Amino acid sequence: MTDIASLSPYSSATVRSNAERHTLSVLVDNEPGVLARVVGLFSGRGYNIESLTVAEVAHAEHWSRITIVTTGSPEAIEQISHQLERIVPIHKVTDLTLHGRSIERDLALIKVAGKGENRIEAQRLAQAFNAKIVDTTLESFIFELSGKPEKIDDFVELVRPLGLVELARTGIAALSRGPVAS
Amino acid sequence: MAKQMTGAEMVVQALADQGVDTVFGYPGGAVLPIYDAIFHQNYVKHVLVRHEQGAGHAAEGYARSTGKVGVLLVTSGPGATNAVTALTDALMDSIPLVCLTGQVPTHLIGSDAFQECDTVGITRHCTKHNYLVRSIEDLPRILHEAFHVARSGRPGPVVVDLPKDVQFATGDYNFVKNITHKTYQPKMKGDLDKIKQAVEMMAQAKRPVFYTGGGVINSGKPASDTLRELAGLTGFPVTSTLMGLGAYPANGKQWLGMLGMHGTYEANLTMHGSDLIICVGARFDDRITGRLDAFAPDAKKIHIDIDPSSINKNVKVDLGIIGDCGHVLEDMVRLWRSEARKSDAAALSEWWKQIDIWRKRNSLAFRNSKNVIKPQHAVQRLYELTKDRDTYITTEVGQHQMWAAQHYHFNEPNRWMTSGGLGTMGYGLPAAIGTQMAHPQSLVIDIAGEASILMNIQEMSTAHQYRLPVKIFILNNEYMGMVRQWQELLHGGRYSESYSASLPDFVKLADAYGAKGIRCDDPAKLDDAIMEMINHPGAVIFDCLVDKEENCFPMIPSGKAHNEMILADVDQDIGAVIDEKGKMLV
Ligand SMILES: Cc1ncc(C[n+]2csc(CCOP(=O)(O)OP(=O)(O)O)c2C)c(N)n1
Ligand SMILES: [Mg+2]
Repeated sequence: MTDIASLSPYSSATVRSNAERHTLSVLVDNEPGVLARVVGLFSGRGYNIESLTVAEVAHAEHWSRITIVTTGSPEAIEQISHQLERIVPIHKVTDLTLHGRSIERDLALIKVAGKGENRIEAQRLAQAFNAKIVDTTLESFIFELSGKPEKIDDFVELVRPLGLVELARTGIAALSRGPVAS
Repeated sequence: MAKQMTGAEMVVQALADQGVDTVFGYPGGAVLPIYDAIFHQNYVKHVLVRHEQGAGHAAEGYARSTGKVGVLLVTSGPGATNAVTALTDALMDSIPLVCLTGQVPTHLIGSDAFQECDTVGITRHCTKHNYLVRSIEDLPRILHEAFHVARSGRPGPVVVDLPKDVQFATGDYNFVKNITHKTYQPKMKGDLDKIKQAVEMMAQAKRPVFYTGGGVINSGKPASDTLRELAGLTGFPVTSTLMGLGAYPANGKQWLGMLGMHGTYEANLTMHGSDLIICVGARFDDRITGRLDAFAPDAKKIHIDIDPSSINKNVKVDLGIIGDCGHVLEDMVRLWRSEARKSDAAALSEWWKQIDIWRKRNSLAFRNSKNVIKPQHAVQRLYELTKDRDTYITTEVGQHQMWAAQHYHFNEPNRWMTSGGLGTMGYGLPAAIGTQMAHPQSLVIDIAGEASILMNIQEMSTAHQYRLPVKIFILNNEYMGMVRQWQELLHGGRYSESYSASLPDFVKLADAYGAKGIRCDDPAKLDDAIMEMINHPGAVIFDCLVDKEENCFPMIPSGKAHNEMILADVDQDIGAVIDEKGKMLV
């Protein structure tokens, strides 16, 4: 298949190459359809979503925080931020990756089934990773693990051969470090 | 000072409070309460169109020619979906519209009820913002907020979806004049330090150019005035996009003509050779820049725009100033004066010498004929015979649109209504109707193509009903000329489906719609025929039979740079000029 975009003289080569991963923190008015507006913007303009989380963060004010992890060139990411700012019910868009250091956390539930050595090994790994056991049968566990996404990736890869059954992850929640709001 | 009324009454009251005197619409089950409220009052005039797309473009014409918000009112389901093209058109060209749509009652939403569609879902991508009103308590706020969002910042279309039960419900109505929205607060004033920097760059420039766009028109008449003042102070040349024509006068000494794909030689080469581009309210769109990596290679770029996302979107600029271009231009003029700035006179005079050489190339020239009407000649005659009148021009989309932009000259803003960003065939007639409603005494002409005009020809009925004396000037080449031109240049002259077969007899069609029909195919009789059109007190369809295979030049072929444009009398195989990459582009 021909990639028409790559043939197009309109898209300069620089836009494609130096892709970076950025975490955007978007504070929105929690009105109906606001998530659809954000997601629609990403699909409509061809931006990537690696992870997206959303939940209400201030009940009285009706605010939700949407945390989006996306990849693109620095120019593309700047464009994404500005496009998000055009959405009427959006209060504020912060590029946490530009903002300095931030805390990013992901939470996973991991079901592992097995007997004998595998079961013991899984339990040992869970201890090493500080994963909690939140459900158990004689032949399975569900572990709860929160932390940086890479840490969860590592744990999942380790338990995979021991009998990984299924996995649920929340996606990334993030805040900038220090005393002030981002 | 709350007043009790029904939702439907609130809609009409809000229109009145917003100063809306004209609404373009089409009734249906889901908006009957609003039509009933309209029946009971005299302030808001309703114009019954013949298709909801027509209502949208009419509202656009009204908005573009007045600077006010255009309003349309349509029913649920097909009424709303028919309006989608016009909404998208308004979004692309930043035209302020409020579109009121009927919706099934709230308890039926989601049940696939008769004439239900997910209007807010469908229009989310083609509006600046949209609302589904779920309760009568929210209605007054949303109505006024809709106008605020439509007209402020970068203008655009806003949809308010109104379930029928909300129209029937009773509640308290309030009009808050100055809304401050909790999240939406566009930045009007530009950053003064940056404006200072811009003025400094302008004083240093040796080969500067103003590249202006529709944003100057949207900002209002004062922005155009200030642009003229700044151009006068600096002596810099001025070019404009299709959407910006009229902001700087075409009879001004520093005017280079339109730039871009069908822009003039001097405008495009000035851009290409410049060392400073001051972009005011334009957006470096692909029709303007041509091949991006060859666009104005030596120029530093200043970009003034109210929409932060426009800056650095297609072209990386050296200085971005976010703000309303009227305000920013005003600050520039003030600083230029107070800091006693001077342009580099010696450099500028060299620059103008160069530009004058390019101008002498006379890139809009064409070989005229005594036997057949050349479309460019027709537009030139139309211009000469109407320029001293109070005239508004709309267009459809195609070659005729480009010839109109090239050969009709605009000295004032808001006189030129055309579909730029979306390129919507069928825009011109309804836009002319909207313009004529706003300017009943003026001469309103739709410069049309024979293919485009058929896309919303039903609006002739609207013109007839309201006795609107719109003039439709069809450059009839019996082809979808712009398509045929591309097929000639890019597809070996295989005119696949671009012949306008089985055309109606436009003179008889005019008659059928209660209008006057005029046909002319003789260059010698053209002036008299145009005068007959102008002097006729009612609507006219003018079937101007022109050269069928005339091409629109100059042209920057797809994927080429400004300095690679094709001129009219270049005797070469144009197909060979455009490479495989260029053919991929539209
Ligand atoms: C709604 C719509 N459909 C298709 C097109 C593609 N298109 C662009 S120009 C054109 C031909 C227009 O023909 P006509 O109105 O006769 O104008 P001419 O180019 O001959 O002056 C077409 C089909 C469009 N712009 N809009
Ligand atoms: Mg045609």
